[in-house]
Amino acid sequence: MKRVAVIVFPGSNCDADALAAARDAGSEAYFVWHRDTTVQGADVVVLPGGFSYGDYLRSGAIARFSPVMTAVAEHARAGGAVLGICNGFQILCEAGLLPGGLMRNARLRFLSRPTWVRVEQPDTPFTCLYRRGEVLEIPIAHGDGRYVVDARTAAELEATGRVVWRYVRDNPNGSTNDIAGVTNAGHNVVGIMPHPERRNAPALGGQDGARVFLSMEARHATQHAVDVRARDGRHLRV
Amino acid sequence: MTASAFPGDPPITPQLVREHNLTDAEYGRITALLGRTPTFAELGVFSALWSEHCSYKHSRPILKTFPTAGPQVVQGPGENAGVLRLPGGWAVAFKIESHNHPSAVEPYQGAATGVGGILRDVFTMGARPVAVLNSLRFGSLDDARNRYLCAGVVKGVGDYGNCVGVPTLGGEVDFGPGYGGNPLVNAMCVGLLREQDLITAAAHGVGNILLVVGSRTGRDGIHGASFASEELTRESEQRRPQVQVGDPFTEKLLLEASLELIASGHIVAIQDMGAAGLTSSSAEMAAKGNVGVEIDLARVPTREPGMTPYEILLSESQERMLVVAKVDRVAPVEAIAAKWELDATPIGRVTDDGLYRATWGDQVVVEIPGQRLIDDCPVYHPEAREDPTIGALRRSSPSPVPRPPSPGEALLSLLDHPPIASKRWVYEQYDSTVQAGTVLGPGGDAGVIRVRDAEFGLAVTVDGNSRYVRLDPYEGGKAAVAEAARNVACTGARPLGITDCLNFGSPERPAVFHQFKESCRGIADACRALDTPVTGGNVSFYNESPTGAIDPTPVVGMVGLLPRADRAVPSHARAPGDAIVVLGETRAELGGSQLWEAVYEFAGGTPPRVDLGRERRLVDYLVAGAERGLFRSAHDCSQGGLGVALAEVAMGGPYEETGYGLDVDLTPYGLGLAAEALLFSESHGRAVITCAPERGAAVTALAQELGVEAQSIGTVGERGGAVRVRLRDVAFEHPVDRLRQVYFTALPRRMGD
Repeated sequence: MKRVAVIVFPGSNCDADALAAARDAGSEAYFVWHRDTTVQGADVVVLPGGFSYGDYLRSGAIARFSPVMTAVAEHARAGGAVLGICNGFQILCEAGLLPGGLMRNARLRFLSRPTWVRVEQPDTPFTCLYRRGEVLEIPIAHGDGRYVVDARTAAELEATGRVVWRYVRDNPNGSTNDIAGVTNAGHNVVGIMPHPERRNAPALGGQDGARVFLSMEARHATQHAVDVRARDGRHLRV
Repeated sequence: MTASAFPGDPPITPQLVREHNLTDAEYGRITALLGRTPTFAELGVFSALWSEHCSYKHSRPILKTFPTAGPQVVQGPGENAGVLRLPGGWAVAFKIESHNHPSAVEPYQGAATGVGGILRDVFTMGARPVAVLNSLRFGSLDDARNRYLCAGVVKGVGDYGNCVGVPTLGGEVDFGPGYGGNPLVNAMCVGLLREQDLITAAAHGVGNILLVVGSRTGRDGIHGASFASEELTRESEQRRPQVQVGDPFTEKLLLEASLELIASGHIVAIQDMGAAGLTSSSAEMAAKGNVGVEIDLARVPTREPGMTPYEILLSESQERMLVVAKVDRVAPVEAIAAKWELDATPIGRVTDDGLYRATWGDQVVVEIPGQRLIDDCPVYHPEAREDPTIGALRRSSPSPVPRPPSPGEALLSLLDHPPIASKRWVYEQYDSTVQAGTVLGPGGDAGVIRVRDAEFGLAVTVDGNSRYVRLDPYEGGKAAVAEAARNVACTGARPLGITDCLNFGSPERPAVFHQFKESCRGIADACRALDTPVTGGNVSFYNESPTGAIDPTPVVGMVGLLPRADRAVPSHARAPGDAIVVLGETRAELGGSQLWEAVYEFAGGTPPRVDLGRERRLVDYLVAGAERGLFRSAHDCSQGGLGVALAEVAMGGPYEETGYGLDVDLTPYGLGLAAEALLFSESHGRAVITCAPERGAAVTALAQELGVEAQSIGTVGERGGAVRVRLRDVAFEHPVDRLRQVYFTALPRRMGD
């Protein structure tokens, strides 16, 4: 059982959802308040969605100065797994743990809708139970979700397999290269704009997002995806 | 001690009294009650608490006729929100409220603070908000001002709710000339709590300490309650400073802090500082608890120096709460607030003398017998008389048009008509999936959420159709409740209770008061028949602009209980080959219909009559059928009639790649009706369901058992196929993608993208 720390900033509003999704996946998940200075021995750190500090300056721009972020950065430097969802992705970019940044949606409005993303990189702690090329339906809900990087970094991300998820069917926010999620060079820090924690049960319309959390519990390897598929969508822990 | 003027207070003159919206007779009551001339601050207090918005002085006798009791009722009207009982020790708190006047002059902030206020009403009951809905009305989108209002309101609602993290599960948006100068913004919030954790706003415990928690008090929104109680004029734009400014980030902190305070047991009461701010929250808390309160206004943290007692009492600065802490628990209350980065400041205490007293240091500036401040507000029984032109309008019908459209063409016109067209452009801007509990989101009959750690789900909806109310307020009132119940029941949920937002013009006009009184009678009758008590709500009068009163718009917000959230029934077709069954009877009832409005540009006729017995049977049937798993989909027949309902069943959700074709044969149904009436009559008591072919027999058998007419009218076709409808003298067909294209682009096209 992995210890999963869900960081709570003032204005986080998907913290309880992320906690519940991690627990549903069998993890020992707990909240860490943004003023704390450690992640309390976490195996995995999750930065949940929301509007940290009201997103008043720029999404994620103030949260990165929270005391806990020093501990998160240390955890990441030591190779620990970190997942940023939506606002958490924005904070990871602001904190320099992921390249690029997230700008206002191309059509300038907040968008809440389903999206379809293709798994491009199963070799991360959050995608190891997916097959490369699998298309997932996962909702977005953001106003600042347009992933932007300079051309050189974009080319590097593509060449080194660091694009983790990519929008298919349509690009809802104008992201560079249809990017929905990326990882760092070490593949241990991952950011995703859509919300996998909102789609992890049949009653919620599907469970395409569940394996993001189940992957945390699995060994960090890709071959298990085959085992999981063989059991017809029953996501047994490996 | 008695109250005395604060330095700089203006003298109390008849002119000043009138500026406070108090009549001579009301002022006479005030001086008699006090036995002296009020101070300026006291005048402000009376002006706020005796405003229509706070006192319900024109509506109270009518509201008393609503059914409010039932085994499911935990808390009826009179609190911040109503509360109904759910299984397993759970309860649901919910309330709807208007923010029409502020939104008319400043749409973004007006709408945003409307959402903020209704969230606070719910979490001050100890409930965590789990859903918001809204009911919006605007003038025609052909007009640039209305587009500006619509875009601003939608963004305001979205930005606030999105930031706080409460999913928008549904709502309605309607357009009509009657709302041109006066948009309506009604926001509803639904919260969940353990029944044992319920807390109210009644102050008690002499010596207990009053604290203000949250934002500092500024000069915004002074006299908002009085502003909401007068008609909009050309000068209303200058009222913009009376519109409050919202800060959803602070609201989110306040929500978490309030729920933690309630759970801590350190406080005995909590109340939102909403309309009329500190004045109404403290006076109402005292009156409800039958105690006195004393507040030192000099201790209230302010945003700017030099604020007077009058301003502090009447400020409507947002994101503030008044809590009553146990006398020895002030420090832990302050600590909880500090954790959430909020100020908590002791400003007063509960007293035993029954007086509502405000001081500035040692000087008393307000001293009023607390109970009488609330109870002595006059109650009016205005004259009610129907506008004679309405009777004639009811009896009229549209003049023939040179080339009447074929039924197929009329259907396309209706799908492109803004009141009917998809509201995706609107609800896409609201986070509908946060909290990871959304089973059915916006765009269907009712929103459904699951409850974590429980099997059941909640279905929620808001409904109202002013066209019917304008032509026949009694039937229109019934229709609002009936449609809400049908919407909830289509998902498989049993309707539990309602909250209502009653939007009308000036009650001092007999024609308006007639609309109000009659539609309330309709709501009351329907609630009795459907066993859905009224748990509270809001009355918004004086929705008038220089062009006249708005169309009368009672809006009903309803909550229903779904025994198993994972069995929620969606509203559109899901499998080819399924049988299509229409429930209920279609009559020639085109009065007030969308067909007459969109195609004939005619807003008259006799609106459809609601047969409450049939309505009840239909609801029972939908609930029983869903429980037995008979239906693949269920969709209510309302605006645009059977034609639009069938199209909606076929088209599916906005993000699907396509919908389903339908093969519909209406020749054995609605005998004796012309094609137009059969397709577009808005007769109540109807729904369309689809079911697996092998369930067809059970579907009809159950209908017979429960006394509901059920007629099989066709089958669901292929994905991406055509919708074919055969009538006795005519037939038409449209590819479903054509219907989708019209339906989903109608609003974005008009909004300019």
